[in-house]
Amino acid sequence: MLRAELSLSRNGFDLDLEVAVEPGACLALAGPSGCGKTTTLRAVAGLVAPQRGRVACGDRLWLDTARGINVSPERRGCGYVFQDYALFGHQRAWQNVAYGLRHLPRRERRHRALELLERFGLADRAEARPSALSGGERQRVALARALAPRPAALLLDEPLSALDARSCAEATRVLAEILADARVPTIFVTHDFQEAALFGDKVAVLAAGRMVQRGPAEELAASPASAFVADFSGAVVLIGTARPDPGAGAVVQLEGGGRVVSTARATGRVAASVFPWEISLEPPDAPPLGSIRNHIPGTVRSITRFGGRVRVGLDACQPLTAEITEGALRELGLRRGTRVIASWKAAATRLSAL
Amino acid sequence: MKPSPWFTALIAGALAAALTFLTLPIVAIFVDTGPGRLLSSLSDPVAVDALRLSLETTLLATTIIVVVGTPAAYLLATRSFPGQSVVVTLVELPLVLPPAVAGIGLLAALGPHGIVGGVVADAGVRLVLQTAGVVVALTFVAAPFYLRQAQAAFAAVDRSSLEASRTLGAGEARTVWRVAIPAARGGLAAGLALAWGRALGEFGATLMFAGSLRGVTQTVPLAIYDRFATDFPAALALSAVLVALSAALLLSVKFVGGMPRASR
Repeated sequence: MLRAELSLSRNGFDLDLEVAVEPGACLALAGPSGCGKTTTLRAVAGLVAPQRGRVACGDRLWLDTARGINVSPERRGCGYVFQDYALFGHQRAWQNVAYGLRHLPRRERRHRALELLERFGLADRAEARPSALSGGERQRVALARALAPRPAALLLDEPLSALDARSCAEATRVLAEILADARVPTIFVTHDFQEAALFGDKVAVLAAGRMVQRGPAEELAASPASAFVADFSGAVVLIGTARPDPGAGAVVQLEGGGRVVSTARATGRVAASVFPWEISLEPPDAPPLGSIRNHIPGTVRSITRFGGRVRVGLDACQPLTAEITEGALRELGLRRGTRVIASWKAAATRLSAL
Repeated sequence: MKPSPWFTALIAGALAAALTFLTLPIVAIFVDTGPGRLLSSLSDPVAVDALRLSLETTLLATTIIVVVGTPAAYLLATRSFPGQSVVVTLVELPLVLPPAVAGIGLLAALGPHGIVGGVVADAGVRLVLQTAGVVVALTFVAAPFYLRQAQAAFAAVDRSSLEASRTLGAGEARTVWRVAIPAARGGLAAGLALAWGRALGEFGATLMFAGSLRGVTQTVPLAIYDRFATDFPAALALSAVLVALSAALLLSVKFVGGMPRASR
C-alpha cells in the first residue's frame, strides 16, 4: 500500500491532497496542465520536499515532516518514468536498464538487463544508444530501467505524451500488459481522461492542487461531482437552473434559452452533462421520437473527422458537440451552417450541482 | 529565397580577410623556420628545459583546475543560492585582468610581503622564483576559462536525467560521476582545451610572479622572449614548436571529449 498525504506551496501554487494505492493497483492522476499531478509524483519519489506531509510505502516510512523524516530519493526505491524518459544519452540501452542494478555482481547486471529488454521486445536494440531508438522504444527502455531494480512503487509521468499517434497505439497496448503484470502500487499521471480510464483502476481528478473527485472512470463519467469533471471526461456541459420535474427527475432551464430534461434529481444552478456519442442529429422538420425528450435546435459550426467517427460542433443556446458516424453525416448532408436538432435521452443527462 | 550575390560577396570577403589575417602569422612561423631548424632547436638544452617545464607546469595547473573546478562549476550550474551571480562574476574576473595586473596581484597576495604571504611562507611553501610559482600563475590565469565552460556544460545537462539517476539508487556524488560528467563531457573537454591553451601561452603573470629562471620558471613563452632580442631564428623555431604542441594538445583533448564514452 502506497499512501501519501502532501501539502506543499510554491510560487503561489498550493497542493494539498491525499492518495492511496493498493499493491498491484493503478491510480490514474488526471487533470489539466499545472494542476499539480507531476508535483505529486515528484513528492512521492522524494524529488521535491513538501512543507507538510507523510508518505509511506508498505511498512517503510519515506517522509514524515512531523517527525523530521525525509528519505532521499535513492533510498526510496521508486521506479519513475519521466515524461521525456530521461534516458542516459551516453549509455547503450542495456546500460540504461542496468544502471539501477548496482546491488548485483557486474555479470548479472547485464544478464538481467538483457532479460528485461527481451521481455519488452527490445532484445535486438540492447546495444543501441537512446538517440538511435524510436519514441516507442525509448519509452520501453525507460520502463525497463524503472522496473529493473524491482521498485517498491511505480510512478509514470505522462508516459505516452511524447509519442506520435501511430506509435502511441502500440505503446498503449504494451504498457497495459506491463502494468497488468506489475505487482506494485502504480501512479499514472495523465492529462487525458481516456488514458486515465484505460490504465487506472481508479481515477483521481485534480484541479488547482486539490482532488475534485476520485473513483472508477465509469463512475466519474456517469456522475461527475462537478462541471469540471464532466467537461474533463469529454462530456458536453450545459449550464442552467434545475427544478424538480413531476414525472421524476428534473427539468433544467438553460442559460441562453432552451430546456433539458434529466432523470437525475437536482435543484438550483447545475451543470447538465451529456457525452457527445449520446447525442443524435435530426433535420429540423423530422417528427420527434417518442422516447427522446431532449431537443435543442442549432447550426453546424464545425465538422471534424477522426477514426471513422465525426464530431459535429453546433452553435446552439450553448455550444454543443455531437459525435456521429460517417453514414449519418452523409445521410443528413451536413455542412457548415446546416440547421439541425440535437436530441438525446433524459437518462443520458447527468446533473452536477454548481 | 535566393541569396543576394552582393551580400554573399560581402560576407565571403569579410571571412577571407579574417582568415588571412588570423592564419598569416602562424603560416609565417612555419615558412620561416623550416624542418631542419625546428629539429635543431629541439636539441638546444635551453629549449628542451623550457619545453619540459611548460609541459610539467601546464599539466599540473590543468589538473588542479579540473579537480577543483569541476565540482565548483557543478555547484554554480545546478544549485541556486543568494549572491550566486556575484560569485560567478568574481570567478570570471581574471578573464579580463591584464596579465601584468594578474602578476602584481599574485605578488601582493602570495609574495613574501603579500597579505597571505606570511601564511604561505610559514607553511614552508616558496612560490616566488620557484616552479610552484609558475603553477600558481598558470592556474590563476587559466582557471576561469575552464570554470565558465564547465558551468555552461553542466547547466545544459537534462535535469530529469539527474533525477532519474537518483530514483535508480545513485546518490548525488555518484550521479555527478556517472551521469552529469559523461553528459557534459563535450563542454568539459572544450573548457579543458581552452584552459590548457591559455596556460601554455601564459607570459606576463608568470614573468612578474615567478620570474624567468632557466629550468626553474622559464616556460616556452618566456624562453621565446628571452631569445627574441639576441637570436631571432631560434625564437622563431621555438615558437613553431609551441604552436605545434598547442595544436596537438587541443586537438587530442577535443577528440577525446567528442568520443562516445567507452562501454564498461
